[in-house]
Amino acid sequence: MVTIKQTSMPALHDMCSLSLTVNGQHYERRVPARLLLSDFLRHELHLTGTHVGCEHGVCGCCTILLNGEAVRSCLMLAVQADGMDLTTIEGFASSQEPLHPIQQAFQEKHALQCGFCTPGIIVSVHALLREHPMPTEEEIRHGLSGNLCRCTGYQNIVAAVKCAAVYLADQETTHSRNENNK
Amino acid sequence: MATRWFGAPVQRNEDPRLLRGQGLYVDDIDLPGMLHAAVLRSPYAHAKIVRIDTQAASNLPGVHLVLTATDLGEVLEPSPLLIPHPALTHPRTQLPLALHEVRYVGEAVAFVVADSRYLAEDALELIDVAYEPLPVVHSLATASAPDAPLVHEDVQGNVAAHLLQSVGNPDEVLANAPHVIRETLQMERGAAMPMECRGIVARWDHYEQMLTCWISTQAPIPIRNGLAAIFHLPEHKVRVIAPDVGGGFGAKIMLFYPEEILTPFATMRLGRPVKWIEDRRENFISTNQERGQLHEVEYAFDDQGVLLAVRDVFLHDTGAYTPYGIIVPIITSCSLPGPYRLKHYASDCQALYTNKVPVSPYRGAGRPHAVFVMERIMDRIALELQMDRLEVRARNFIRPDEFPWDVGLVYQDGGPTRYDSGNYQAALDKLKLALDYDTFATRQAEARVQGRYLGLGIGYYVEGTSIGPYEGAHVRVEPDGRVFVATGVTSQGQSHQTVFAQIVADQLGIEPQAVLVATGDTQAFNWGVGTFASRAATVAGSAVHLAAVKVRKKIQALAAELFEASAEDIELAEGKVFVKGAPQRALTLGQLAIKANPLRYTYGESARTLAAMNLAAARPGPALPPERDAPGLEADGFYSPPHGSFASGVHGAIIEVDPATGMVSFIKYVAVHDCGHLINPLVVEGQVHGGVAQGIGGAFFERLVYDDTAQLLSSTFMDYLIPTAAEIPDITVEHIETPSPLNPLGMKGVGEAGVIPVAALFASALDDALSPWHIRIREMPLHPCRLHELLQEARCHKAVLPLATEKPGAPTENCH
Repeated sequence: MVTIKQTSMPALHDMCSLSLTVNGQHYERRVPARLLLSDFLRHELHLTGTHVGCEHGVCGCCTILLNGEAVRSCLMLAVQADGMDLTTIEGFASSQEPLHPIQQAFQEKHALQCGFCTPGIIVSVHALLREHPMPTEEEIRHGLSGNLCRCTGYQNIVAAVKCAAVYLADQETTHSRNENNK
Repeated sequence: MATRWFGAPVQRNEDPRLLRGQGLYVDDIDLPGMLHAAVLRSPYAHAKIVRIDTQAASNLPGVHLVLTATDLGEVLEPSPLLIPHPALTHPRTQLPLALHEVRYVGEAVAFVVADSRYLAEDALELIDVAYEPLPVVHSLATASAPDAPLVHEDVQGNVAAHLLQSVGNPDEVLANAPHVIRETLQMERGAAMPMECRGIVARWDHYEQMLTCWISTQAPIPIRNGLAAIFHLPEHKVRVIAPDVGGGFGAKIMLFYPEEILTPFATMRLGRPVKWIEDRRENFISTNQERGQLHEVEYAFDDQGVLLAVRDVFLHDTGAYTPYGIIVPIITSCSLPGPYRLKHYASDCQALYTNKVPVSPYRGAGRPHAVFVMERIMDRIALELQMDRLEVRARNFIRPDEFPWDVGLVYQDGGPTRYDSGNYQAALDKLKLALDYDTFATRQAEARVQGRYLGLGIGYYVEGTSIGPYEGAHVRVEPDGRVFVATGVTSQGQSHQTVFAQIVADQLGIEPQAVLVATGDTQAFNWGVGTFASRAATVAGSAVHLAAVKVRKKIQALAAELFEASAEDIELAEGKVFVKGAPQRALTLGQLAIKANPLRYTYGESARTLAAMNLAAARPGPALPPERDAPGLEADGFYSPPHGSFASGVHGAIIEVDPATGMVSFIKYVAVHDCGHLINPLVVEGQVHGGVAQGIGGAFFERLVYDDTAQLLSSTFMDYLIPTAAEIPDITVEHIETPSPLNPLGMKGVGEAGVIPVAALFASALDDALSPWHIRIREMPLHPCRLHELLQEARCHKAVLPLATEKPGAPTENCH
């Protein structure tokens, strides 16, 4: 569970100190108390892969990992993430690295069209597969139900999640085999 | 034979970027010194503006500009009427900011530019507007009432347009036919709801005297042309870019939305870049919607189930303005005959103003309504004559040898509604097999014994796609061997960077990954129309093909000269060019591109290796002889179809209804689709899946609910229910490929197809599942509560319909 820090209420325009880690990099900033976390990530840190589709916590485009849990960054203030460790889509694979297995599965299964909801879905899938490494179809559909996609009809996304589960399991097997051989 | 990419399930070129979060959507653009805008919108559906006081907003620190209508000078002009029509006798379009009167909740009243969006929204709250509310037209029933309030005081009866079309002699046939039925069928509003809302960033470059706008739009070239006219700039001094667009579905083809004029106006006034990003609340009340129609249909058929005549009188809710003309109801009118040989048909449509968001095409664009009406008719004929529903359809199909088939109506593009090709029975046969249709009655009966209510529904449609007027493309081989393609259409998820690359790859003997496709940038390609009406892949794809064929010929001609061979013997494969049978002595496309430029200075690895090859020496005389009139390996291609090509398909589904709750679940869903030759089956199936999901949403979950003051009550994603992965079933897609004779690659459009038959299918399946109660669905969308209501009514009033045949076996219940 993510515990959101309770702070004494600053006024809307007060500037607050913020110290947090995003994709392994540490940041210290002064931000207005009312700044949304999604806006902070996008417009202060220029991590624009996190998208904003509804600003009321339904569409899931802005999903990020906060201390490992998938959360909606549009429903939090930036200052509430003080001291926390965040991962955004940019933390999955840089342009120099090969695609993350989830991303690779999405490409192979044609699980994205316009791509706007995709980063949030990949983050959600990451959290889903950590909880259910070999999910059933029902678990996948339930796990995806917090993310709206208007293009794909979800079918190829579900297929991609199944495929990603296999890739991640293979990766895990290879990893543990290598560990054992050490 | 080299690999053929056309038709192959090629993975997408756009994916790695989008998957890494490196897409570039409008809100991702951050320019130095950029300011942020917010729009004050009308809270009333209809009111006089008495006074606007912006003083307090202007005084707020951080606010740079507050605009109301009177500040706009000569820009305060109604938006152009995009598509006039003789039947549209009373067109009305919107001002960028309302002046004396607002006509829908959400209409733009003031525009604020500030240091941040947060500040701009603070300033909106300081603007004081005095409104004097006026009577409201909130529905088609109100709009058409004899004493209706007027949306525009000078438009009597709220009638924007009265469109009449007919073929044959429907009055006479209806008067003498053995069976005639009259019904009222209704469809309510829905919305496109792309995941990315609208948005624009505008920048005025003082040194270049140039306006650049990044807009989340489906039509950058028409917007560029319009902005140039509005701001008195030469067209080449306005650049409009549609970067990555997060879905459009028709809503982003409209122009001009007020912000597309106000944001450029503000940047030119302030000399600083300005960004406006629509939020979801705004999207619900200011981005165009669709689907509201009320049909009174009368139809005649004979004892064999042959449809003889249809008279369809319908009202079309056009909202407060008609910026897009009457395209939607024209399409409804022309799409109604569908795949059937309808010889006597009259269509009478009145487009009525209401105090609601303006209407322009949303995926399907008038077709779902038409298909709903026609397929309801087919099901009713089957019911009345106790015939099989599929058999009734088969008896009415246009046969494969009857193409081209002229429906006899004028289509939305002003041309004939002429079906170029099709094979309707073949698709129906495939559907029967995929649904295991012949055993369904048994399965249904068995389920009923267990108290489960299964229903099978079908919906057949013909979709006019690939309309003109034209699209163009430029293809150029770069010295590094990569091929650059530019076209005027945009991409909002349709995979154009992949499918156009496939088309070029086939001509130039390269892999699609080596082709860079630019879409939606007026500076990359100057000519074109936009991505809508299921036309981009076909019309722009044909232009790309024609340009690539020209470049291939240039390559062959130049290589023939260099290899001292004949052009017909030059082959292109794996990025290389060589004489047939001698692939060991080959030039790369990049080397050939260098040789195609008579410039003596050459650069890079390709140039160095070229020198080592023993090629024919340059000919004496001009470096560019008449037969090679331009340097480089590049060409433009343009394609202009004679008229639209008509795709078709049939969907079938088996559903289960819980009569206690009204909840519905899908057991199986099959879509058989014919869009001619497929460029990429992965992409085509993806388009169908997405369309069906929107169709299911529009049939059962999504509804724009307006109260009687025309306030939108379902204006969040918690009220307007876009289906999730938990609601949408897997869809089996099967293809029929009946090529279109109208374009060089035999293609037809597919973008809208998936959504079109779903409402009809859903009604058909519900009727079947609930036949013990004699339910006949006559409205869309439904939702579990409404279905429950209909069931309650049926239980209370056993004979809800004058149906010819009573079916025994309906459970009787007490009514409270």
